[in-house]
Amino acid sequence: MNLRRDVFQAIADPTRRAILLLLASQSLTAGAIAANFDTARPTVSKHLQILTECELLKQEQTGREIYYHLNPSKMKEIADFIEPFRQMWDDRFNKLESIMKNYQSKK
Amino acid sequence: MERKTKINAEEGRQDLLITREFDLPLELLFRAYVEPEIVEQWMGTKVLKLENKVHGGWRFETSDPQGNVVLRTHGVIHEFVPEQKITRTFQMENTPYPAQLEFLVFEKLTDETSKLTMQMIFKSPADREEILKLPFSGGINMAHNRLEKVVRQLI
Repeated sequence: MNLRRDVFQAIADPTRRAILLLLASQSLTAGAIAANFDTARPTVSKHLQILTECELLKQEQTGREIYYHLNPSKMKEIADFIEPFRQMWDDRFNKLESIMKNYQSKK
Repeated sequence: MERKTKINAEEGRQDLLITREFDLPLELLFRAYVEPEIVEQWMGTKVLKLENKVHGGWRFETSDPQGNVVLRTHGVIHEFVPEQKITRTFQMENTPYPAQLEFLVFEKLTDETSKLTMQMIFKSPADREEILKLPFSGGINMAHNRLEKVVRQLI
């Protein structure tokens, strides 16, 4: 129960979400991840530690380097996967509707 | 809140269907898909290219709040019939995800309302699941806005 809560807290942080996005397509070392952010390196390390502790990330030793990659099975647990997708489109379409209503009234 | 956007994703299939009815005349709904400055507003993305014609290409770019580019998407337009349909491909650049095929059908319901039906076809049922299982699926930019709201509801 506690762990589950931690997962949701982990992804509530914008930097941690950005890290997850970054790792969606590739595995990277801590240094390479930190290079993508203006935040201080120890802060990024802290984020990586949190994401690893709640199993959203996994570490893999390759030679002397440790690579971080997404743990897909944990990501799956985050939410009903259709619902966020639907909400994303619903949001976009709501926006489309309100923008075009402006165009309509300007006519 | 009423759920105006519906998604039909049947088990074991490699496609899904998104439907939505709009309180907008068909003409305005279609304009929202072809005018780059309007697309940018509701998709929350930058339009690098949008050639609304058969054999035309499109390319969008999404950034995080700090201005870092997080995703580029592109595709080719196969069919373009104003106020009726757009058929196009969709690919996320620099990701392992295969191209998708999208059939967009625009319909007039009344003088003031219209309907959009969007069928997305994935390479395989597994590819569909793979893309949908990511919490930031489809547009990835939702990770920065929607995910937060979804997560707040769950905590």
